[in-house]
Amino acid sequence: MIELAGLTKRYGDKLAVDHLTFTVRPGLVTGFLGPNGAGKSTTMRMVLDLDNPTDGTVLIDGKHYRQLHDPLKMVGALLDAKAAHGGRSAFNHLLCLAQSNGIPRARVREVLDTVGLTSVAKKRFKGFSLGMGQRLGIAAALLGDPQILMFDEPVNGLDPEGIHWIRNLMKNLAAQGRTVFVSSHLMSEMALTADHLVVIGQGRLLADTSMAAFIAENSRSYVRMRSPQQERLRDMLSGAGITAVPGEEGSLHVNGEDAAHLGELAARHQLVLHELSPQRASLEEAFMQLTAESVEYHAHDGRPAGSGAPPPGAGWGDDWRKKGS
Amino acid sequence: MTTPQQHPAPPQQAPQFPPQGQPQGYWPGQAPAGGYVSPIPVRKATLGGAIASEWTKIRSVRSTMWTLGVMVTLVLGIGLLAGAVVSGSAHTGEKPDTPLLILGFYGVLLGTICVITLGVLTISTEYGTGLIRTTLTACPDRGRVLTAKAIVFFLLVFGITLVCTTLVSIVDSMLVGDLVAHAPSGTEWLKATVGVSLYLALLGLLALAVGTLLRHSAGAITVMLGVMLLPLVLAMFMFSSSLADVRQAMLVYSVPNQLAVLYSSGASNGISGWTPLWIMLGLAAAGLLGAYASLVQRDS
Repeated sequence: MIELAGLTKRYGDKLAVDHLTFTVRPGLVTGFLGPNGAGKSTTMRMVLDLDNPTDGTVLIDGKHYRQLHDPLKMVGALLDAKAAHGGRSAFNHLLCLAQSNGIPRARVREVLDTVGLTSVAKKRFKGFSLGMGQRLGIAAALLGDPQILMFDEPVNGLDPEGIHWIRNLMKNLAAQGRTVFVSSHLMSEMALTADHLVVIGQGRLLADTSMAAFIAENSRSYVRMRSPQQERLRDMLSGAGITAVPGEEGSLHVNGEDAAHLGELAARHQLVLHELSPQRASLEEAFMQLTAESVEYHAHDGRPAGSGAPPPGAGWGDDWRKKGS
Repeated sequence: MTTPQQHPAPPQQAPQFPPQGQPQGYWPGQAPAGGYVSPIPVRKATLGGAIASEWTKIRSVRSTMWTLGVMVTLVLGIGLLAGAVVSGSAHTGEKPDTPLLILGFYGVLLGTICVITLGVLTISTEYGTGLIRTTLTACPDRGRVLTAKAIVFFLLVFGITLVCTTLVSIVDSMLVGDLVAHAPSGTEWLKATVGVSLYLALLGLLALAVGTLLRHSAGAITVMLGVMLLPLVLAMFMFSSSLADVRQAMLVYSVPNQLAVLYSSGASNGISGWTPLWIMLGLAAAGLLGAYASLVQRDS
């Protein structure tokens, strides 16, 4: 379990992470979502005690990360797929990590096998593709067979087969009772894997909810109708007191009505339908709306004229600036 | 008889439920230890483990082999060549009173560049690749990481330099022994082998510290070369007599002169005996303390 309490990180006069308080619980895949530069990586680095928080605390099962006696057996983390020495072989990369935590050498071969890199174990990291780098990073995270796993953008650079594999891996790890905390900027990816969702924008907590609740709240559903007798369809709907808005390619979008009910209505009026399909606005849209609102909120709120407060969207690109330092 | 057979079934199924449903572990406070226990035996992470880890790191990259290989070549090659040249040249008249073992000096002087490079690379490549984050995640104790790196690097450089300088000293004294006025004393031998090796290893530790502080390979190597060469170069341009004292101090305390002092027998230019070693020990210790403070305080 990871508990964040009022976690804050300030770079100069810029708040990268703004009083984050949430708990990542065992047995679930928790998705950590936000646009680029929202503060996801900074938060993860603070959990691992790589960056010092300006304020607030992070506890791993009640302890500070620096107090852990056998960190790799407690927490496994994939932060950056490119974080390995180009001249070192995959095996030696994992071996030096294993040795520092007293993990037996045999476990290195096990995790290499798990991620499918056994055949290139002796190859130097320089020749690895981004996808192979991700697999090696995941192998490093699994090395200590830890209770808590953290993945920062794990599907980057993976092929479809690899993406499928990591989805299942994360679900299985959570099903074994582990805590799985995975960051992403892709809502669609999270919708397939995460049970719980933490959304941040500009370092602020925007949502901390179960995936099902988020979908129910945020995805607008409507019915798309199309007919060669467009005018009659319109008349029929307005006659029944149903409002329809014109959609793409001459279709009509109907909110808040059951598709079955609309079909029966058309049959009663002997209307030819070419399409009658229930639709859901994508979660991606819902997510963008959520984060966009946070940006707007920032821009309009608490900014006296000419005070020199950061312009809307100033948080974008923070990750890049930090990586360079 | 059916009931006793059915009875064991529920307890067998029971353990499968908590990981899937997790009704208990879901809420904070009720299952604080998390739901998963690894079958891997828990062995505490120790300094010994960190040293083994650093040894794996340093031996598994080619840059180590290259820098150390070049150093061995320079120290042995130039040291032995100097001996051969001196022994080959015809000598008449009085035997010179120069210390014999100083023939090894030039090779070692050039070898310092390799030691500096390796010292910097030992940590700066981790910053360059981002590996440092993985290292510090595996071992959050900054002091332990730095200590392990320092110990492995120090022993490696000290061992290799000791073998090389000893070999050069033995061969040179066999080649040139008859041509000089006095054979080197025990102290001279000790200074030219163990002393010089310790000096080089400490210089490398200073480079390791500078690499930790600057986190950039090229920058740190440049700074270290500046530390080595700048005093000599600057001293060359200090013509003014008012700067004579500064000029003298820069010449005396420059790294090449300190190395030369370890090779010479008597007092020369203000410092003598083992003093260079204490100077470099102080510098390395101060550097490593600064590096430790930087590791603890700065974001990685």
